[in-house]
Amino acid sequence: MSKHHVTATINGEPAEFLCETENTLLDALRDQLRLTGTKEGCGSGDCGACSVIVDGRLVCSCLMLAVEAEGKTIQTIEGIADGEKLHPVQQKFLEHAALQCGFCTPGFLVAAKALLDRNPDPTETEVRYWLAGNLCRCTGYDKIIRAVLDTAAEMRANA
Amino acid sequence: MYDFTYSKPSSLADAVAALAGDDQAKALAGGQTFIPVLKQRLNNPSVVVDLAGLGLSFITVTGESVTIGATTTHAAVAASKDVRNAIPALAALAGGIGDNQVRNRGTIGGSLANNDPSACYPAAALALGATIKTSKREIAADDYFQGMFTTALEPDELIVSVSFPIPAKAAYVKFKNPASRYAMVGVFVAKGPKGVRVAVTGAGQGGVHRHSAAEAALAANWSADSVAGITVPADALNSDIHASAEYRAHLVQVVTKRAVIAAG
Repeated sequence: MSKHHVTATINGEPAEFLCETENTLLDALRDQLRLTGTKEGCGSGDCGACSVIVDGRLVCSCLMLAVEAEGKTIQTIEGIADGEKLHPVQQKFLEHAALQCGFCTPGFLVAAKALLDRNPDPTETEVRYWLAGNLCRCTGYDKIIRAVLDTAAEMRANA
Repeated sequence: MYDFTYSKPSSLADAVAALAGDDQAKALAGGQTFIPVLKQRLNNPSVVVDLAGLGLSFITVTGESVTIGATTTHAAVAASKDVRNAIPALAALAGGIGDNQVRNRGTIGGSLANNDPSACYPAAALALGATIKTSKREIAADDYFQGMFTTALEPDELIVSVSFPIPAKAAYVKFKNPASRYAMVGVFVAKGPKGVRVAVTGAGQGGVHRHSAAEAALAANWSADSVAGITVPADALNSDIHASAEYRAHLVQVVTKRAVIAAG
């Protein structure tokens, strides 16, 4: 079967890759583009470890075909920081120790950034509802929720 | 996934043609069920026809009805001010499906075409007496749902849009599986232009179904008290690792009452 040529904007840069029809966006990001920050957890849309932002929307990259990415604007964990300067939510995850093994962390960070892009002043309930599609099996959620709320407060103070 | 050919037509006619000429062809909407199915190799399509290019993501509200295009995402329905004003129960239902990531990809047409026995949208379509407009015809919800994962759709027939008559009162309450957020039992109650209708999802072996005893009681007296004592037999209900049929029967009774209270 012939390969598909896909052109997209990834982390602000034009990108192109070749994929098979049966590749997911996650496969293409990791295996073709070597953007291995995005993780595969369950592979079935339950855990959120593969979360990326596509045209402003948080999605599971494991449940989207790579060919569906044609013409899309995609943001991955690699595009969250500004060069060496961490995004505030990354810094707050460190300060609050909102991670343990770290496997779920890229997905949580991308999901949290998608929330803060839309809503700079979320309530705790809104944060919990928003992050419901991301699972953490070691640290649990309390520190993560606190880190996101603290990030929102700091970003508002610095705005 | 098995290998397949990918096609992204830009018109409904082309999409229907791609499906009509090949009985192994499959349509792809949001993919939140279909891509896991492909990954598990439960399906081996010759061609996957992506519906994203058909321009079927829209919401139109009139004084009488809310019409939603087939590829409109759950997130778009949940966030729509027009839907929230016209049928708040429908917007709330969409906002409670799965999680954020699923709601940003999953579509109303995909949900109705799949007719998962625990899905939320079938309950809304049946209780509100929706009309499903397809590439061939218009199908009343009462004729559309034909059992678990089974609908009136033909293999080369695509959903175009779904029209929901605006009810005077409606509510959807779901007793959800805490992990998947699928309905262990979900009940949609509505009092509208098509009378009092109550639909139950998550419970029946045949998928979504109407709850005629509750409908009769509510038509006579719209109050939580009138349905509080209505029991349903467990015979035709699902039993799985999440709940026994007897527990689901109890949930139907409790959740119906809660839905009437929520509808006011």
